[in-house]
Amino acid sequence: MSEAQSDPGRRKFLVGATVVVGAAGVAAAATPFVLSMLPSARAKAAGAPVEVDISKVESGMMITQEWRGQPVWVINRTPEMLAQLAKNADLLRDPNSEDSSQPDYCKNINRATAKHPNLLVVVGICTHLGCSPVDKMKAGDSGGMGSDWPGGFFCPCHGSKYDMSGRVFKSMPAPLNLRIPPYTFMTDSRLLIGDDKKGA
Amino acid sequence: MKTAERLLGWIDARFPLTTVWREHLSEYYAPKNFNFWYYFGSLAMLVLVIQIVTGIFLTMNYKPDARFAFASVEYIMRDVDYGWLIRYMHSTGASMFFVVVYLHMMRGLLYGSYQKPRELIWILGMAIYLCLMAEAFFGYLLPWGQMSYWGAQVIVSLIDAISPPVALWVRGDYVIADATLNRFFAFHVIALPLVLALLVFLHIVALHQVGSNNPDGIEIKEKKDPQTGIPLDGIPFHPYYTVKDIMGVVGFLIVYFGIIFFSPEMGGYFLEENNFIPADPLKTPPHIAPVWYFTPFYAILRAIPQKQVGVIAMGVAVVIFFLLPWLDRGIVKSIRYRGTLYKTALGLFVAAFLVLGYMGTQDPNLWYVNPISRVCAVVYFGFFILMPLYSRLDKTKPVPERVTG
Repeated sequence: MSEAQSDPGRRKFLVGATVVVGAAGVAAAATPFVLSMLPSARAKAAGAPVEVDISKVESGMMITQEWRGQPVWVINRTPEMLAQLAKNADLLRDPNSEDSSQPDYCKNINRATAKHPNLLVVVGICTHLGCSPVDKMKAGDSGGMGSDWPGGFFCPCHGSKYDMSGRVFKSMPAPLNLRIPPYTFMTDSRLLIGDDKKGA
Repeated sequence: MKTAERLLGWIDARFPLTTVWREHLSEYYAPKNFNFWYYFGSLAMLVLVIQIVTGIFLTMNYKPDARFAFASVEYIMRDVDYGWLIRYMHSTGASMFFVVVYLHMMRGLLYGSYQKPRELIWILGMAIYLCLMAEAFFGYLLPWGQMSYWGAQVIVSLIDAISPPVALWVRGDYVIADATLNRFFAFHVIALPLVLALLVFLHIVALHQVGSNNPDGIEIKEKKDPQTGIPLDGIPFHPYYTVKDIMGVVGFLIVYFGIIFFSPEMGGYFLEENNFIPADPLKTPPHIAPVWYFTPFYAILRAIPQKQVGVIAMGVAVVIFFLLPWLDRGIVKSIRYRGTLYKTALGLFVAAFLVLGYMGTQDPNLWYVNPISRVCAVVYFGFFILMPLYSRLDKTKPVPERVTG
């Protein structure tokens, strides 16, 4: 076809229309591939609540329970540990857990239920980059944390420090306090992690 | 002989074999003054081939399944004939790839190889480097040891800090799990090697379009023999540089197999101790650090006490290299003719990079780790941000007309 017979306006429109339709086709074709990478139905179903027997968790002890593939710590804090919590307030980034994630019934200084203030149930995953902090519950220098260490947890990856309520100290890489999962007591010695529908 | 020539003629009529041979090897003229630094490009290609070949054989026995992955690696190491050799070639190859690539990039910094007209070669090279980082990261999850698991957890959390839905999409589960391992395997053995091969091809096509730079940083194409049109300071790539590069290969293989046979773990730097423990999602090892080639960036991340800013700074520390051709306002290319300002800046940058690399391997609880990392991070970014200034103010020396050998 010679140049004289062609209509540049029509040709431009046709090229534009072809590009638009082609792009829509590519987007449509890419959709199933992209979506196939989301969690599968099986992965979604695996998030059921878990039950833990806490009768053997004595004062000052900690156990780790897997819930949704993550470590959940259950810690029976001593009266000294609880007494220390109020003294930490000035050292903490979010002492009242305003920005942090926890069920409403745990939004208090103990970050625990009113009935069991000594029991801390917390997801043991650092809010910085997802490592699991290590237990430095003993106050003082014995764990290599310095003589003024009030007791808590230390993340080995990037050095974030948390107190005995899982609250993050100031000037740490981690932005928030450790997350408290929903939980409820079936009886005084049986804990259900991941569900609180029965009330706390 | 007649038959061979006829066969070649038959091929040439259908495929430009002789033309390609001439244009890219026997009549491709490279500067005659290449030195030691010019080994690392061809060595990077060699390591790529080694990684692909050993990788193919590893996949014959490896199982990308969270239940079997760790055991299958141990099976390769103990029960498969020469499995230990193939696996150590692959694991040492990963570290040597970065050694060679870092030296190759250093060559670019020394001789201004990224400057006009070689900006695209540099950008393609940086794309290769990013691809290589991703390839190393995906590959490191596959043995499913403690470091594999928690390293992946930290890196995916970096994405989570920017966009949680994207992190979920990358993992394919709410935590690093079997789904993550399986897809990282797919990326590691199929997707990224294809991209890498394509990028390497484009890198070389772009290089052969403009020709190599050289330690004097002058264009050999500007001084040609009036009769033949061949650059006066150029020599044909084949046989001169093919032979030289084979020398480099021999030297490299001595070092490479020395490591494989005598210190494949390299004191925990090439293969970390914690990775000999199977992945445990409930317990982070007491001291975790990435493999050495990521530690400079990791130290920058750790040094910044704010999550999103730390992640962004780490990303910028890598991506800023792309801008180098436009940040450098120097009128000479090679370090040989640069002034004190640029030499000092480059020296400080290299020192900061190495110190950051060391700090990234150290326990963050040591009092000096984060303060020193912060100082080095400032030097690191200062090198790039102040470059338009000091590279222009620099008192350069006169550049020779012809290469100086």
